[in-house]
Amino acid sequence: MSASAVFILDVKGKPLISRNYKGDVAMSEIEHFMPLLMQREEEGALAPLLSRGRVHFLWIKHSNLYLVATTLKNANASLVYAFLYKTVEVFSEYFKELEEESIRDNFVIIYELLDELMDFGFPQTTDSKILQEYITQQGNKLETGKSRVPPTVTNAVSWRSEGIKYKKNEVFIDVIESVNLLVNANGSVLLSEIVGTIKLKVFLSGMPELRLGLNDRVLFELTGLSGGKNKSELEDVKFHQCVRLSRFDNDRTISFIPPDGDFELMSYRLSTQVKPLIWIESVIEKFHSRVEIMVKAKGQFKKQSVANGVEISVPVPSDADSPRFKTSVGSAKYMPEKNVVIWNIKSFP
Amino acid sequence: MTDSKYFTTTKKGEIFELKAELNSDKKEKKKEAVKKVIASMTVGKDVSALFPDVVNCMQTDNLELKKLVYLYLMNYAKSQPDMAIMAVNTFVKDCEDPNPLIRALAVRTMGCIRVDKITEYLCEPLRKCLKDEDPYVRKTAAVCVAKLHDINAQLVEDQGFLDTLKDLISDSNPMVVANAVAALSEIAESHPSSNLLDLNPQSINKLLTALNECTEWGQIFILDCLANYTPKDDREAQSICERVTPRLSHANSAVVLSAVKVLMKFMEMLSKDLDYYGTLLKKLAPPLVTLLSAEPELQYVALRNINLIVQKRPEILKHEMKVFFVKYNDPIYVKLEKLDIMIRLASQANIAQVLAELKEYATEVDVDFVRKAVRAIGRCAIKVEQSAERCVSTLLDLIQTKVNYVVQEAIVVIKDIFRKYPNKYESVIATLCENLDSLDEPEARAAMIWIVGEYAERIDNADELLESFLEGFHDESTQVQLQLLTAIVKLFLKKPTETQELVQQVLSLATQDSDNPDLRDRGYIYWRLLSTDPVAAKEVVLAEKPLISEETDLIEPTLLDELICYIGTLASVYHKPPSAFVEGGRGVVHKSLPPRTASNESAESPEAAPTGAPPVEQPDVIPPQGDLLGDLLNLDLGPPVSGPPLAASSAQMGAVDLLGGGLDSLVRPGSPCIGGTNFTSPPAAAVPASLGAPIGSGLSDLFDLTSGVGNLSGSYVAPKAVWLPAMKAKGLEISGTFTRQVGSISMDLQLTNKALQVMTDFAIQFNRNSFGLAPAAPLQVHAPLSPNQSVEISLPLNTVGSVMKMEPLNNLQVAVKNNIDVFYFSTLYPLHILFVEDGKMDRQMFLATWKDIPNENEAQFQIRDCPLSAEAVSSKLQGSNVFTIAKRNVEGQDMLYQSLKLTNGIWVLAELRIQPGNPSLTPLQLSLKCRAPEVSQHVYQAYETILKN
Repeated sequence: MSASAVFILDVKGKPLISRNYKGDVAMSEIEHFMPLLMQREEEGALAPLLSRGRVHFLWIKHSNLYLVATTLKNANASLVYAFLYKTVEVFSEYFKELEEESIRDNFVIIYELLDELMDFGFPQTTDSKILQEYITQQGNKLETGKSRVPPTVTNAVSWRSEGIKYKKNEVFIDVIESVNLLVNANGSVLLSEIVGTIKLKVFLSGMPELRLGLNDRVLFELTGLSGGKNKSELEDVKFHQCVRLSRFDNDRTISFIPPDGDFELMSYRLSTQVKPLIWIESVIEKFHSRVEIMVKAKGQFKKQSVANGVEISVPVPSDADSPRFKTSVGSAKYMPEKNVVIWNIKSFP
Repeated sequence: MTDSKYFTTTKKGEIFELKAELNSDKKEKKKEAVKKVIASMTVGKDVSALFPDVVNCMQTDNLELKKLVYLYLMNYAKSQPDMAIMAVNTFVKDCEDPNPLIRALAVRTMGCIRVDKITEYLCEPLRKCLKDEDPYVRKTAAVCVAKLHDINAQLVEDQGFLDTLKDLISDSNPMVVANAVAALSEIAESHPSSNLLDLNPQSINKLLTALNECTEWGQIFILDCLANYTPKDDREAQSICERVTPRLSHANSAVVLSAVKVLMKFMEMLSKDLDYYGTLLKKLAPPLVTLLSAEPELQYVALRNINLIVQKRPEILKHEMKVFFVKYNDPIYVKLEKLDIMIRLASQANIAQVLAELKEYATEVDVDFVRKAVRAIGRCAIKVEQSAERCVSTLLDLIQTKVNYVVQEAIVVIKDIFRKYPNKYESVIATLCENLDSLDEPEARAAMIWIVGEYAERIDNADELLESFLEGFHDESTQVQLQLLTAIVKLFLKKPTETQELVQQVLSLATQDSDNPDLRDRGYIYWRLLSTDPVAAKEVVLAEKPLISEETDLIEPTLLDELICYIGTLASVYHKPPSAFVEGGRGVVHKSLPPRTASNESAESPEAAPTGAPPVEQPDVIPPQGDLLGDLLNLDLGPPVSGPPLAASSAQMGAVDLLGGGLDSLVRPGSPCIGGTNFTSPPAAAVPASLGAPIGSGLSDLFDLTSGVGNLSGSYVAPKAVWLPAMKAKGLEISGTFTRQVGSISMDLQLTNKALQVMTDFAIQFNRNSFGLAPAAPLQVHAPLSPNQSVEISLPLNTVGSVMKMEPLNNLQVAVKNNIDVFYFSTLYPLHILFVEDGKMDRQMFLATWKDIPNENEAQFQIRDCPLSAEAVSSKLQGSNVFTIAKRNVEGQDMLYQSLKLTNGIWVLAELRIQPGNPSLTPLQLSLKCRAPEVSQHVYQAYETILKN
């Protein structure tokens, strides 16, 4: 059904740590992974799924590590990739940064986590907040009798422990929207959409039952009955696992028992015509051995608003040399490793 | 303090030092030592020598230390099976520890130790843990059953663990339910026949309830399991869909894809007129689009699946073209997939947008992507006729850029455009010729040569151009050489006077100086053609070419349906059925979409025949086009777009006489017909058949009586099925069936003209087949067939045609020609049309033959839902020339001994066991013996068809 074994490799393809879950793929198969990856890359046929003989490698890259799952069967590929990303998330929450060094520093706990995250190829408990209740960083703290399975692990509410208490009960809600724009060379907007997330920070006691109301316009669209006459509404909503999806499907209420602390409650997408907030025009002049790029940025938002921390990347050829900049505002920096010039403007306009 | 220090001991004698430390009295030192051992193991050093010392540390109160020791055991137990036994006691003890964490850990680890001796000891603890009070232990034990089954399936069955596991599906804890479902699915995968999961409306309801409560991964297990269920009618399908749709809003992409799989599969059963069908279509689009903002690897899986969904149900995403526009920072594999989907979605309505976008891509920096983008423009031109002109002008613009690889790709696609729209865009040839010198890739050179040859009469200096290629003939690739040969022959046929020298030169290069057999053969054929009959040569070489199809690289429909059942899995990413890449492919059950069964329509009404689903009785087995073309029409295929070169096609199919030896090698036990839903009727279709059986059998009894007297043998005739849909044959629809009456076989055809023009000049031809079936007379259609008219023809067949073993055995490939074009289709004929009238064997002979045929040639089958008595069965079969030789009653069961003979003289002997009391409950047992065992499967199907109708 899923992964036979999971490996974490360094950038050269050397296994740092691994866990064999099913034992049907020889662990030595991983030696073929890196040569295969390089070969495919050269052929221009690189894909997240590689195969050699009967063995299939599903891999992702995180900073300079490869996380690879192997299988012989017709595994559920989306499950494996989602699991690998979840693994990265759990490790990152345990060790701040997941990199070669933090793996070496924590190999004991990584083995413990790998044992708990997946069993025989089936992902199990992957919620780091819950895992932290019974797999702790300081191994020697685990005295017998104390380390019990928290009931949360197998509860229907597997994301919140019982008996949480706060003196001051409060909830913070952030709505964060980002705009995705695709503009062609003539300057016409091909695709524009807003991707939004609602993030909650919850400090509540006990097992609180929360409900979030959105205004009617939004709800109407969510029923999927508007016939798309006005496309400027929420198109697709994704919820954190704590939200009762069937309830939402029935009467459109978003009801949930929240996890403790930070989490992303929901995300949505709006495909609507957005005027680009900052409009970029560029003039490129080519000389004998020199290229002059003039970049103009124009704010298109309300006068009273200010954009903070604007960063404009200007791609340049990989063989660019001795760049010189002149900026009317902010500062520019050449980043040869990414072949771009970054123009930073602290506050715009 | 970090763990990295454990990696740093690289002194000599390390093992000895560790050994001492492991045996230390101090707990802390012991733990440190075990950590060092694990660290060495992690970096790949062999520390198996320390096995006894590490196992000694196993009995500890320290959980962390225990986990490390267990980890060590998992790694080395297999290499030291004898010593692993030492650990058993501790395991068993730990399984009864008061701490559930330790109980679970012990049972989990024991399952991972793949040593037979240990598994024996695992049974008792596992049995206890499966009934443990703590759900954490139960969920771990559930998975352990799957582990144990993987090591020793028999043991698991003997110990009754499967039943306990099934009980866990009703557990109060959703995590336990999810793991039990996962474990059962995993076990069922290796035992496709066992009805382990036993899905029925009640258990489905339980799963749907658990679906709301369990973790994201549990939801995936349950959804994947649901996807294997076939609802009994459209109402049940709809109610399951309603309860699955909320999952589309889940944040985990894998949950979403698994939900999409269930919905896509069950949708097949819903009527398109249903309001709910439309609602469901609308609900599917947004989640699919949102998958495109997931991580790139998940996007890739999603896109590969969207590619399938777009082919299966284009209506879902037809308005979403823009979301597939590539982003500059997409990984290349995402870009290429998006490009492919864009072309699939291209239509007249959005073509302008798509073309503008593709033109942008063609100026990108990534060479591979640019090439694909240029090809995409060509595919658009071929797909959307209205856009062809704009596509061509876009391609010309691109050729003007003079970027080498862009020009080459453009020329390759322009050649296809010429094939699709003859005599429309040839004005651009001049521009193409200007770029002749810059072409260095074989495919582009071959394309250009084809263009020059094909339009030689319009190109003044065609001979000079081709001659220039001839200079380096031997350095060219085969593709170019073949093309050059054909092009020069074409040129010669068009302008014979000026090019005689050239053609002689190329023929001698190809036949005398070349080592390539394909090239030599083609050279000789041309040479002989030209020397014997130039007029015939002209007809062959310059024959009008079939138009190339609009949709390129569409996935074949039955494969597409199968892949839809595998959404989210590797199969859907590879676009290959699992049997193609999973070891032991024979065990893999082919999945297929459920046929549409409506609860409110009577089974007999004509609407009940599935409209969208593939026909069940006579599935099209579509052979690779190249084979058919190559075998049926010995035509020059022109450029290699339409199929592999001629010579390669027929070589793959060795012609084999069925009677001859070497049969054994041909029998592949995993051949797709066994267990494949293609051939046996699906359960839904079987229900009405068995309902109608009592009346039907009575009638056939009567009929058989008369037929017995008058010796008027008339076999069962299946209703006509559509063999060639009108959309595939430019308006000609052919449906038909096979009959056998009084010793003669005929193919009853109905030709319907669904086009707007009159059809005439019909002719038919069969490809060589397993039993030498061939038309005994030409196809007689007396009057021209006007639009919307249909005609019924009975085409007499004989079995004296040439023989070639087909796969499946009863596959028949047919070519039908009319004034418009030649069309190909394949069909499967029921084997009973080949049962001859003198198939009754003498008793003694029967006994001797039965003994004579080796036992491995015996095949066993079951015929279910056949409530007939022995007499009824016997007389029914006699009507189709299956003769009962003897009847016996053994232990209350009726045994029929029967014989039949095929047209090619193969005898098949049968033993049929019937339970007289309640024949509807126990299936009929059929044993077949035959010297050519590969016919058994088909004889069994014939039995089933005869008995159930």
